[in-house]
Amino acid sequence: MNAILFSAVWGIVMMFSGVFIKSKSTPKYLAIAGIVLLCIVNGAELYTGMPLYNYDTMNMLSTTGFNLTFLEVIFGCTLFYFLLNGSDIEKVGEHVGEYFALIFFVLCGVALSATYQTLLLLFIGIEIMSIPLYILTGSDKRNLKSNEASLKYFLMGAFSTGILLMGIAFIYGGNSNASFYINQLQIGVGPMPVMVTFGLVFLMIALSFKVSAAPFHFWAPDVYDGSPTVFSSFMMTIVKVAGFIAFIRLFQYSFGLVNVQWQKLIIVITIATFVIGNITAVFQQSVKRMMAYSSIAQAGFMLLAIFALNDKAKEGLILYAAAYSLATIGFFAILVRMNDKTIEGFNGLGKTQPVLALTATLFLLSLTGIPLTAGFQAKFYMLMAAVQNGSNFWIVIVAVLFAAVSAYYYFKVIQAIYFKQPQGVAIEAENVSSFYKVMLVITAVIIIILGAYPELLIGWVYHL
Amino acid sequence: MLGTYFTFPELLIWLPLLAGVLCFFLRKGNAAKNVAIFASILTFAISIYSLLYTEDKFATYNNVSYYWMKYIGATFYVGLDGTSRILTLLTAIAFPIIFIAGYQNKIKNPASFFGLMLLTQSGIMGVFCSMDALLFYFFWELAIIPVYFLCSIWGGEKRIKTTFKFFVYTFTGSLLMLTGIIYVYLHTTGRTFDDGTYSQHSFAFASFFNTSLKASQQNWLFWLFFVAFAIKMPVFPFHTWQPDTYDQSPSSVTMVLSGLMVKMGLFAVIRWLIPLFPLATVHFSHIVMLLCIIGILYASCIAIVQDNLKKMLAYSSIAHIGVMCAAIFAMNTLSVQGALIQMFNHGINIIGLWIIFDLLERKTGSKSISQLGGVAQKAPALTIFTVIIALANIALPLTNAFVGEFMMFGGIFKFNAWYSFAAIISIILAAVYMLNMLQKVFYGNTSTLTQNMSDISTNEIIILSVIVVLIFMVGIYPQPMIELTKEAAQGLVKYVTTLR
Repeated sequence: MNAILFSAVWGIVMMFSGVFIKSKSTPKYLAIAGIVLLCIVNGAELYTGMPLYNYDTMNMLSTTGFNLTFLEVIFGCTLFYFLLNGSDIEKVGEHVGEYFALIFFVLCGVALSATYQTLLLLFIGIEIMSIPLYILTGSDKRNLKSNEASLKYFLMGAFSTGILLMGIAFIYGGNSNASFYINQLQIGVGPMPVMVTFGLVFLMIALSFKVSAAPFHFWAPDVYDGSPTVFSSFMMTIVKVAGFIAFIRLFQYSFGLVNVQWQKLIIVITIATFVIGNITAVFQQSVKRMMAYSSIAQAGFMLLAIFALNDKAKEGLILYAAAYSLATIGFFAILVRMNDKTIEGFNGLGKTQPVLALTATLFLLSLTGIPLTAGFQAKFYMLMAAVQNGSNFWIVIVAVLFAAVSAYYYFKVIQAIYFKQPQGVAIEAENVSSFYKVMLVITAVIIIILGAYPELLIGWVYHL
Repeated sequence: MLGTYFTFPELLIWLPLLAGVLCFFLRKGNAAKNVAIFASILTFAISIYSLLYTEDKFATYNNVSYYWMKYIGATFYVGLDGTSRILTLLTAIAFPIIFIAGYQNKIKNPASFFGLMLLTQSGIMGVFCSMDALLFYFFWELAIIPVYFLCSIWGGEKRIKTTFKFFVYTFTGSLLMLTGIIYVYLHTTGRTFDDGTYSQHSFAFASFFNTSLKASQQNWLFWLFFVAFAIKMPVFPFHTWQPDTYDQSPSSVTMVLSGLMVKMGLFAVIRWLIPLFPLATVHFSHIVMLLCIIGILYASCIAIVQDNLKKMLAYSSIAHIGVMCAAIFAMNTLSVQGALIQMFNHGINIIGLWIIFDLLERKTGSKSISQLGGVAQKAPALTIFTVIIALANIALPLTNAFVGEFMMFGGIFKFNAWYSFAAIISIILAAVYMLNMLQKVFYGNTSTLTQNMSDISTNEIIILSVIVVLIFMVGIYPQPMIELTKEAAQGLVKYVTTLR
């Protein structure tokens, strides 16, 4: 609850900072201070179980250990995102404070969609999360690709919002309690009305849209590719995993009893996501576009949590959020400063920039899921959850086979970094400060620590 | 001190790891190389020392378990028993030999090279010592990563492609194994840790062992594990990565791959596959044996027509591994024990042969049999060593391989005489390609490439002598080896036969 309040307030603070602060680099520090504050207040709530202001929400918000741990992960990743990318955000355009303000509003939406207890708050959360993103996508105003991405994202997003709202309406009308509360819908008690069935499918489609699961993924590559690189990493990571948290909470509380009925749909979506994400990523030359498709592939793994719908799945989702976000944010922090953003651009980075090369390699290994990185633990928990589910074991085999395919495109970059000769300047020396290097190393170290001891994070799920 | 603060398996894993990490920071001259040699000799000394403490009363010296991931019941549990002792010993012997044999090689960027080599050693040691399934998986994968970089940076012309093929093969196999591990894990019973944490399931070897899965479950889990191990060994039809990789890797790494890493697959079959799925092992033993025998004959025949020395040895290695795998699946004490002993011997012999082929290639610039000739006239010392090691590779009596092969073929014969006839042809074929190689490369007239060749230097003589001594030591007096492996082989076979 602290998180919702403080992120909204800090968003407003950031918005008005533009009026008072003329220097272009100051908003960054203000934003870092804000995110640290968010980490602290949310951490305090997780630690004590008490929000700073205790007001009656009519049970419309729930702050369990799981929700708050997830938010802590999100804020932690955003902190690293600011620290690594702060100066690149400044380069996007004139109104730096506003970009940060929009990001804080997104975080507010994330906090809502992680803690909602009614369908209405789910809708509000998802919308607060999405609308600032439409603006961020188009923030490179003079770039046609950015404009195109923004428009495409807005149209598609608006469409999916409509479907979401329709689904909510159907569910509300169809459930015997006439309730918006996700734990009081009582779906599964007695025969399922047609309206609820439609509502369920609509909700699934809308949320699949938000997490860019195939076949609802068509917006994703263009949007991630077209928007400014700094923002695409934010969208690919924080926003996407927040979509998953909304997804799993809704389906666990509302439709958990009837999961046999919709599991087959989820299986179809999962397999399609694996196939399309991985196979298309293999053929990309631009690393940014490759990462866009690979983020669809990674969504496939996270969908296993929705398929499994048990405790391990929730633990796995937390780990996945941390592992995937940190690695992607770290990798994009390097990518955004590269001169040539194709795979050839990475040639010989191991010789010219050893620290960057090593950390980039670690991030990619983590995304592939090599042991001793957080990415492995995340995938491992997901697979464990899916096996524990007990039905359809074969989906796990499909998942690991596609994980092997993902090694193909991630390792293409590693091969360029270490085994090819450098050609031209990969990255300007003035772009690589020692602070930036230290931050990359810290990110990599956290990935390794989480890979060795994932329970440092998972322990918090059961803290409250 | 030992047993309370340190145990043998820990030392064997951590020492190379720490030395390896240290090597990365030693950028000057030969510092990294010397540290690597020193660390590997120290590891070797520890491994030898551990042989004095094999009895049951020294269990605290050989086993240790730490909390690792409590909620899911994974521990850092490492231990040494008969099976792992013989393979850690092989690993510990191999690395100093490999380092010293390559002492005069000019390696660019030696700090990273030796660092990665030592990390590989640590990973291999970990595979042999792990008594926890998740830990085993960790080491199994981690041993591959440094090798991937070693081969891709220091390898031959087509290194990137071949190494990546190798990596994708093993990675796919391991992931399949991971799903198998998870499935078995979810059928284990819970355990309570000393501090009161309760986990519903456990990754410990003992828990895996006690799952008693139904035959129908074992039958498909068996293949998930077996594919991973078969790729590593490699067994026909999973062998296609191997000849190219051996050919393209830097020679030191090829020695590690062929001498040690292929043993990971065989070891895993003995440690994990058979105890976990005894019913499936019995059920599928004929299929696996047939695959092995096809591989043996096929690889031997290809080895005969190879002109490339390294590829010839790669195919010969497939044949030898096939015999060992077949022996393990014959499932009697004689054959399993023979396979354990042969794993050690094959490691020694093949490393010896790689050292020689590497010397030949460095001195003449060619690895093609048809371009070489008359080496014996120019390098008599090298020739003597080659003949001895080559004969050991054919398993001539008095050499180490004879002991292992004799036991293995005896065991396979007990299982099924026809298989043993088929497999024994491989010895004849081995004689054909080995002697053919000796004749064409070392005897006859010198070619333009070998005309100005020099004989080997002192440190190479020392290394090859060590190998020859090991060959004869085990060949003439195999008793200590037999003692060391007896218990492990008997225990395994007894367990499977009682179920049958």
